[in-house]
This record gives sequence, C-alpha cells and structure tokens, in this order.
Amino acid sequence: MGATNSSVVVREVSLNFGAVEVLKSLNLDVRKGEFIVLLGPSGCGKSTLLNCIAGLLDVSGGQIFIEGRNVTWEEPKDRGIAMVFQSYALYPQMTVEGNLSFGLKNARLPRDEIDRRVKRASEILQIEPLLKRKPAALSGGQRQRVAIGRALVRDVDVFLFDEPLSNLDAKLRNELRVEIKRLHQRLANTMIYVTHDQIEAMTLADRIAVMRGGIIQQLDAPHAIYARPVNRFVAGFIGAPGMNFIDGTIEEAGGKPVFRAGDARIDLSRYSFEGRSEAGRKAVFGVRPEHVATGEAASAMPFSAEASVEIVEPMGSDTLAWTSLGGQNLSMRADSEKAPRPGDRIRIGFDPGRASIFDAGTDMRL
Amino acid sequence: MAVEPAGPKPGKLTAGRIGIYAFLVVSALFFLLPLAVMILTSMKPMDEIHNGNIFALPQHPTFDYWVKAWSSACTGRDCYGLSPGFFNSVKITVLAVPASIALAMINGYALCFWRYRGSEFLFTVLVFGAFVPYQVLVYPIIYALSRVGLFGTLPGIVIVHTIFGMPILTLIFRNFFASLPVELFKAARVDGAGFWGIFVRIMLPMSLPITVVAVILQVTGIWNDFLFGLVFAGHDNLPMTVQLNNIVRTSTGTVEYSTNMAATILTGLVPLVVYFVSGKWFVRGIAAGAVKG
Ligand SMILES: Nc1ncnc2c1ncn2[C@@H]1O[C@H](COP(=O)(O)OP(=O)(O)OP(=O)(O)O)[C@@H](O)[C@H]1O
Ligand SMILES: [Mg+2]
Repeated sequence: MGATNSSVVVREVSLNFGAVEVLKSLNLDVRKGEFIVLLGPSGCGKSTLLNCIAGLLDVSGGQIFIEGRNVTWEEPKDRGIAMVFQSYALYPQMTVEGNLSFGLKNARLPRDEIDRRVKRASEILQIEPLLKRKPAALSGGQRQRVAIGRALVRDVDVFLFDEPLSNLDAKLRNELRVEIKRLHQRLANTMIYVTHDQIEAMTLADRIAVMRGGIIQQLDAPHAIYARPVNRFVAGFIGAPGMNFIDGTIEEAGGKPVFRAGDARIDLSRYSFEGRSEAGRKAVFGVRPEHVATGEAASAMPFSAEASVEIVEPMGSDTLAWTSLGGQNLSMRADSEKAPRPGDRIRIGFDPGRASIFDAGTDMRL
Repeated sequence: MAVEPAGPKPGKLTAGRIGIYAFLVVSALFFLLPLAVMILTSMKPMDEIHNGNIFALPQHPTFDYWVKAWSSACTGRDCYGLSPGFFNSVKITVLAVPASIALAMINGYALCFWRYRGSEFLFTVLVFGAFVPYQVLVYPIIYALSRVGLFGTLPGIVIVHTIFGMPILTLIFRNFFASLPVELFKAARVDGAGFWGIFVRIMLPMSLPITVVAVILQVTGIWNDFLFGLVFAGHDNLPMTVQLNNIVRTSTGTVEYSTNMAATILTGLVPLVVYFVSGKWFVRGIAAGAVKG
C-alpha cells in the first residue's frame, strides 16, 4: 500500500480502450504534499492516468489508493480529489458563485459552510468581484482561476490538474504558474499536474514523471531528470534545444574507457557508469548544447576539439551554433554577443562527466 | 475629423445581385402561386369558380366556406366540419411531442455520456430504425397494440408517434450532447452530481436551442401525419389530416371546391404558423448543430 506517508498510490494499473493498451501496469507512488508533474508527448496516456486516479475512467487492472484507502472502484466524488481541466469546463448557465458551490450543494453542506468556503477560495484566487458573473463574461485567465477555485472549495487532499494552462497565452501562463506554485506552498496538498510544457514541469515539480507509451520512464527530481536521464528518450525529451546524440563505440585505451566516433576520441574517465562499461559496445554519447563551451573556456574543458561552424540560429538571448564532432552534428549554445559565424573555425569543449551515454541497442543509460 | 473607411462599400446593387434577387422572387412566386389560388378559390362561390379563371379575384368574396369547413362540412354522416379533427390533433400533438422529446433527450444523453456495454450497438440499431419504411411496421404494431388494448385509442397513437420519433430525435440529441465538451460532464461527476443531477442541472439548461429544433420537427411531423392517425387513432381521435381527407372525399352531388380549399388551408395553418414563429430559432438551431459538428 506504499509507505505511510503516501498520498496517491497507483499499483500495476492497466487501461485498455478496446484493443489499445493505453496504460501498461503503471506504478506511481506520490508522497503527501508532493507536487508531481506528469510530462510526456501527446497521446502517451497522461490524461488517461489522471482520469483513472480521479475515477472518471474504470481501470482494466490494478489498484489505486488515495490517503491509504483503496478507491479503485469508488465514485469520483468519494475519492477526496478535485480536478481542474484544460478547457476550464465551467457550467455555462451558472454564475461563478454557482460554479464554485455546485459540488458543495451536491454534498448537502450547510449554507453557511458553503458561503465560508466560497468566500475563502475567491479571496485566495482574487475572484471576488466576479462572483455574480457568468463564465461567458470572463477572460480565459479569469475562467481558469474560477476552475481552480472550484477545486479549492472541495477542501480535499489531492488536486489533479490536466494541462490547466495550455489554453492561455504565454504571459497569463507565467502568471498563473506562479500562482499555482504559491497555492501549493500555502495549502500543502498533494498535486498531480499534467503538462507537456517543460518549463511548467521544471518550475513546479517536486518530482517529474516522464511518460511514454503508457509507461513511466523516469520519476525523479527535475534536476536529476535533466542531469541523469535514464534513457535516450528522456534525454531527448527534456531540455530545449534538445540534447546532441553522437553514435560511436566504447573502447579501452590505456586502461581507461574512451568513446570513439569517427576521428574523435572522448576520454570517459570522468563519466560515472551505471554498471560495467564493456569495450567494443556500440553506444550513443549525449551532450547538451548548453554544456558545450567555446574559446578559452573550451580549452579548459577535459575534452576539447577544433570544429567549424556550419549554421547559426539566433534565439534571442542565445545563439544556437551547429558544428560537427566525429563527422556528426553537434549544436551548442553561444552568447549572442560573441556568436560565431558560419565558416568560422572554433574550439569547442565539454566535460564528459556531465554527459550521458546510452546503449545503442536498448537506449538505456550506461 | 473621423476617419472614413476607404474604398467602395460592398453590398451595393450589382448585376449579380439583381440576378440573385430576380431568381429568388421567381422561385417565391412559383411556390406561392398554388397558395394564392387556394385562398382565392376558397372565397369564391361555386358559379364563379365554374365560370371564371382560377387566378381571377373573387367578385363577391365570402368567408362562408371557411366557416362551413370548420364547423359544418360533412364527413360521411357526421356534419361537424374540421373542428373535432383539430382538437384531436391538438391532443395528440400536445401529448406526443413532450413524450417523444423527453425520452429522446434522456436516450441521447445516456448514449453520449454514460456509455455502457452494448450502447454503441444500441445506437446503431436505433439509427438504422430511422431508415425502416413505416409501412413495414404498421401491421406488427397494430397487432402489438391490440394485444394490450391500446389499438384505436389516444394513448395508442401517442405511443406510436413517440416510438417513431425516437430514432431521429435520439440521433439529434446524441449528436448535440457529443458536441459539448466531455470535461463538463467529468467536472460535474467530480462535483458529485449523478445521472439525473447532471442531466437536469447541467445538460438540460444547455439544450434549449436543440430542443426548439426538436419541437418544431415533432410538431410539424405529428400534425402532418396521416398514415398513423388513420390506422392507430381510432374513430374518436382521428386527426385533422384524416378529417380533411374525409371532407374532401365526401361528395354530395357537385364537388365543393371552395370548402375543400378552405379546409386544406385550415389544416396547413398550424405548421405554417410554427414555421413563421420559430423560423429564426429553427435556422439557428440547425446552424448551431452544423457548426459544432
Ligand atoms: N475514449 C477513447 N477511446 C479510444 N482511445 C482513446 C480514448 N481516449 C484516449 N484514447 C487514446 O489513448 C491514448 C492516450 O490518450 P491521453 O488522452 O491519455 O493522452 P495524453 O497523454 O493526455 O495526450 P495529450 O498530451 O495530447 O493530452 C491516445 O493514444 C488516445 O488516442
Ligand atoms: Mg491530455
């Protein structure tokens, strides 16, 4: 049933839509008060998992525990969860106040308790002036605030968010993101938050669950996911611009492991392998563009090489420069002020200790 | 100084527009002509009809034939005019329209949101039902209704209309509900509303436009029905259409065209009024359905 400080435990949950297996024996253990972000490409089953936890979809197999109770077959309203949806899903014919109190009325709470909770939620979210309005008369940001308010009044232990910010413009998204974080610090509920926005994931999460094809690939703190991705998929999915992958082989030279790609040889003595590194294994060397240095900084790095710049892509604060290493493309982030130009010969360098190496066959981290 | 919009304002009369209007006027005339002939004829005495052009204006306009058609034209041996048929049709319509719509609404709602085992199959069967010719089913239903003693009664005809309205109405409502965001339904479930709670509190208030469409469809359909009324309603509940047919076919000597025309217009008046009053709603409902899928 998970540790005693578990809030939501998903045990071996499978879910099929007809013949399609959307969740495959999925396990997830969320601690009390934790902010978990489910991150993954479209169609990987994030919403499906959230709906299973909420009780809006019946699982095909496995069990779900919330606050120590087996709720696998309980109604959504009895699970002690509240949910916020991407499309807000406000009841259009009710006022904001009606929207907030609908669930409480269904639960037959006394009038003064309903008023108290509506008042508190609308204070926290600063929607008091809107209480008498209908959803149609609200802006997108206001609507999402009301939707969060509707979850807040339920006074539950677990909040579920399904891409709550993805219908908003960039500025509002940033504002509300901060607000959700503040809300989490204030309420200390468990929150499970679906997004495919990496910035949201990185900034909000205590731990991120990276999903793919109905399986959680890695569940870890944001920095750990960024620095030590367990496989090539996670490595490529996290971080923008994406990680460089260079195909080659692991060899041994003078008792030290070395990665060889074309004419490039990278000394791996600073890299900490997960297991044994067998010589001769085909592998993929991954290095993030922001970890590649140029100029004097490059020479100071444990690995450095000469390279010529092929293409540059200005990105505002930085410039992405494309060079090559061992005959394969390598991108690097350069300061826009001192960006190289196409055709330049520059020195590039990085610390293999910060790189990631994956098995070429299994894609798992070595 | 205010800034004026530049360029010619669109919407002025152009050759193309004149063409369109001409076409519209001609088509309108084409469809209105029979109506005009009917109205003119209904106000002419018989000798004027026999001796004059059908488009000629009545020389001595009279509403006597309208009165006769309403209250004293003969159907067989009874000479009460159309009025009993009118009230029968009102009874049938007033009962069958709400019954069929309420049932179809619940059907569509359940099929859309509360998918259960076999619900897709049921829906397919129901839609298929929309394409079965009515005539095929008449005899089996006569048999079934007479077994339960409802054949030839008011409840009997109401049930028949309710059943036959079900496929198309369920389809309309299911598609309407399918066009609403599912998340609304999910949110209501998390908020602890059940099958009826969600239906009454969330879905009903949102279905006004589509309900108007359904009402129009059913009122005109049931009012204009002839076959079911003739077969299932029984002698005491014959609807206006059947009564009209009986009046037109009951000839004592010469055919009284004026009375027949007046009776026909009277019978068609209810659907006409429904269209006129609700035309805007009807178009809006159809358009809303079309845009939302
Ligand atoms: N009702 C359904 N019937 C059949 N397949 C479904 C149904 N709902 C979802 N799926 C499938 O399940 C898979 C997972 O869907 P889900 O909505 O969980 O994805 P997601 O990770 O939330 O994606 P997104 O980021 O686009 O929201 C998808 O491949 C989808 O096509
Ligand atoms: Mg989703």
